[in-house]
Amino acid sequence: MNPVRKKRLLLIGLMVGGVSITTMLMLNAFQSNVMFFFSPTQVAAGEAPVGHNFRVGGLVKTGSVTRENGSLTVQFIVTDGDKSLPIYYAGILPDLFREGQGIIAKGKLDDTGRFTASEVLAKHDENYMPPEVADALKKSGKWKEGQTSMPEGMY
Amino acid sequence: MFAWFFRLGSPKHVYRIAGRFLPWTGGLFLLLLISGLYYSFSAPPDYQQGESYRIIFVHVPAAWMSMFIYMVMALAGGVGLVWKMKMADMVASAAAPIGAAFTLLALVTGSFWGKPMWGTWWVWDARLTSELILLFLYLGFIALQAAIEDTRTAARAGAILALVGVINIPIIHYSVEWWYTLHQPATITKMDTPSIHISMLIPLLLMAGAFKVFFAHVLLIRTRTEILRREQKTGWVQELFKK
Amino acid sequence: MSVSEFFHMGGYALYVWSSYGLTTVVMIALYLFAKRDQQQIKQQIARRVARSGSET
Repeated sequence: MNPVRKKRLLLIGLMVGGVSITTMLMLNAFQSNVMFFFSPTQVAAGEAPVGHNFRVGGLVKTGSVTRENGSLTVQFIVTDGDKSLPIYYAGILPDLFREGQGIIAKGKLDDTGRFTASEVLAKHDENYMPPEVADALKKSGKWKEGQTSMPEGMY
Repeated sequence: MFAWFFRLGSPKHVYRIAGRFLPWTGGLFLLLLISGLYYSFSAPPDYQQGESYRIIFVHVPAAWMSMFIYMVMALAGGVGLVWKMKMADMVASAAAPIGAAFTLLALVTGSFWGKPMWGTWWVWDARLTSELILLFLYLGFIALQAAIEDTRTAARAGAILALVGVINIPIIHYSVEWWYTLHQPATITKMDTPSIHISMLIPLLLMAGAFKVFFAHVLLIRTRTEILRREQKTGWVQELFKK
Repeated sequence: MSVSEFFHMGGYALYVWSSYGLTTVVMIALYLFAKRDQQQIKQQIARRVARSGSET
């Protein structure tokens, strides 16, 4: 093999190697991000750390949203259908935040088991339709359950 | 068949043909854009997101273009690398800045959509991160070409970078399925169950068409410029500028 | 939909119009830069051709 070709091959090899390592690091980062995600069931089982930031996700339980008078603090319950977890949050909620919607909350669990969120994000699904169509689907019973997406994990 | 392929390799021929296409791509773009914009704003609001979902009509076409242009660039680079076709190298260089601009648009309009709906400008989820890496790939390609003086070496280095970076395209596309992302799954690719109402699908496809034709139009102009730049000392270019 | 409702975008005016505005700016810039680059190289070649023409 002539030296020019050898050098070229080495260069290509290095680039492929570099990209592979970057990709692996990326995947790894996503993986560990998923690990910091806990479902309400896992929190109830005591798997979540106390005093450290982690994410919890689920659906906002219908009728659970209460607002303290004269303040921004809201309290609501997220559920994964099995267990549920009350969340306290002082801040501006995303516009998609509503009862029955999938959300992700980032925050800490204190010693008393109270979860205070520092950030609340809403997840929406890939369906787009006019309100009348959505109403018609619901009326005709063709509305797929879980249409509003249920986050199993995040990031 | 081969005559056709060889003619595509001839800068003189491509310069002429590209010039002839320009009025058509320009006209078609304006037609698609005007009808696309009209339907974008006459479509009904979304049942969940209200009027804010209209960002989809620029965000999604820009995101599609960011990936499509990368494929064009990598393919042209690959052809230039394998068959030593200078014309293909020129197309790859001409495409890169357009692709970078659409990637930036996809990221920023996504951010403008994410803030009111998700509650955040940015999250490091797989979809957003891989799209950001796409922007870096484009910028890397442009920087590499600018840094290497010799045209042929620059083309070769750029093509290799572009080809290696192709791995990122399926990662962007499948990121919403492979990982848990805040970004919702694809709306259009599931052909069996259309998850967007027809009144919203029409403007989306019209705008996507407009963006694609716009890319073709600007690519033709930039490719012709690239041909003139690299062939300026040849007889046929000199002939072109003699009165 | 009235004109003011149209511009109001259900309260999302800032986000919607920023997105469309930025898209417009970027696309116009792409086109103008492409045109400018071509104009520059054309002038450059024309000058060179004129010079070599006057020499011979």
